[in-house]
Amino acid sequence: MIIAKQKPIEEIISEITPYKRILILGCNECVTVCEAGGKKEVEVLASALRLHYMTKGQGKTFGEATLERQCDREYLEEIRGDMDDYDAVVSLACGVGVQFAAETYTATPLLPGVDTVCLGANEARGVWAERCQACGSCVLARTGGICPVARCAKRVMNGPCGGSANGKCELGPDTDCAWQLIIDRLNSLNRLGDYDVVAPVKDWSSDRAGGPRTVTREDVSI
Amino acid sequence: MPDTFQPRIVGFCCKYCAYAAADLAGSMRLSYPASIKIIQVPCTGRVDVIHVLRALEEGVDGVMIAGCLEGECHFLEGNLKARKRITQVKALLKRIGMDPDRVEMFNLSSAMGPRFAEISQEMARRIQDLGPSPIPGEKPKGRAA
Repeated sequence: MIIAKQKPIEEIISEITPYKRILILGCNECVTVCEAGGKKEVEVLASALRLHYMTKGQGKTFGEATLERQCDREYLEEIRGDMDDYDAVVSLACGVGVQFAAETYTATPLLPGVDTVCLGANEARGVWAERCQACGSCVLARTGGICPVARCAKRVMNGPCGGSANGKCELGPDTDCAWQLIIDRLNSLNRLGDYDVVAPVKDWSSDRAGGPRTVTREDVSI
Repeated sequence: MPDTFQPRIVGFCCKYCAYAAADLAGSMRLSYPASIKIIQVPCTGRVDVIHVLRALEEGVDGVMIAGCLEGECHFLEGNLKARKRITQVKALLKRIGMDPDRVEMFNLSSAMGPRFAEISQEMARRIQDLGPSPIPGEKPKGRAA
């Protein structure tokens, strides 16, 4: 899923300064699971902002809504009738949702309420960690299911590099060496022979190097 | 601050400890401030950040959360979760310009009736010192606006 974290409330307060009627818009997908922008976070943020402005004696109003997805036009349409009631929207969706909402409602300022961090997984309660960088051509089949693109700081395709020590990356003791993990995993699968095969030069044109990416499928288009 | 200020405090009390302790305080004829309005919860782990914020939004002057002694939670660690959430609420209040001391968490057992009276008095005194909430809300009769 897409991992996000809430922006500091001071930053949100600063962003909404010029506006009086603000909609806090959550998303029921990834940001709900990573507890950054679901219905619960919408309620807490709206309540905290109301308290802030009531304390200051300023009359701003905050509406609350949470859509099934903000990266889908059919769900974004659900709030079309309410948009005239607001001067701005603080979206707690990932960067995709914020942009899609902004494309849908061109006359209303769309402000991000979260920082989108990465594609990751829930390692433990309250801990989310990166697992994929959406490079566009997956190599997991030959790396034992451990991604050298997302988990190696240098994106080394034939590792490890000289910075690997005791299974840890030279970045620090909190970061596992991805290639140590790959070797251990191939070993446990009795496929250590795969490690001897030198990986070809990776085609990075499917990564960001090729510009914004689009997937088009004729079979499912209407 | 007007002399007529009567703090309005919401107390989220765990059924297994603080609520029973309040009952015991009553049986022991111990007095505690009438300004504390008790809401029974099945465990303080049921109390979420939004419950505290909503109470403050409604204009209460303080919120106290009273749960079991640490390590004694009927649901093992509901009170520890509550403490984390209350720490989060206090940090949030500070950042939005409200006094975090308006919210406090206490731990006690069901046998600690006198302690319940004590924490209630402590909370009432603290809120009396802090004065009325800056949030305009529905004020009880006889209270200065």
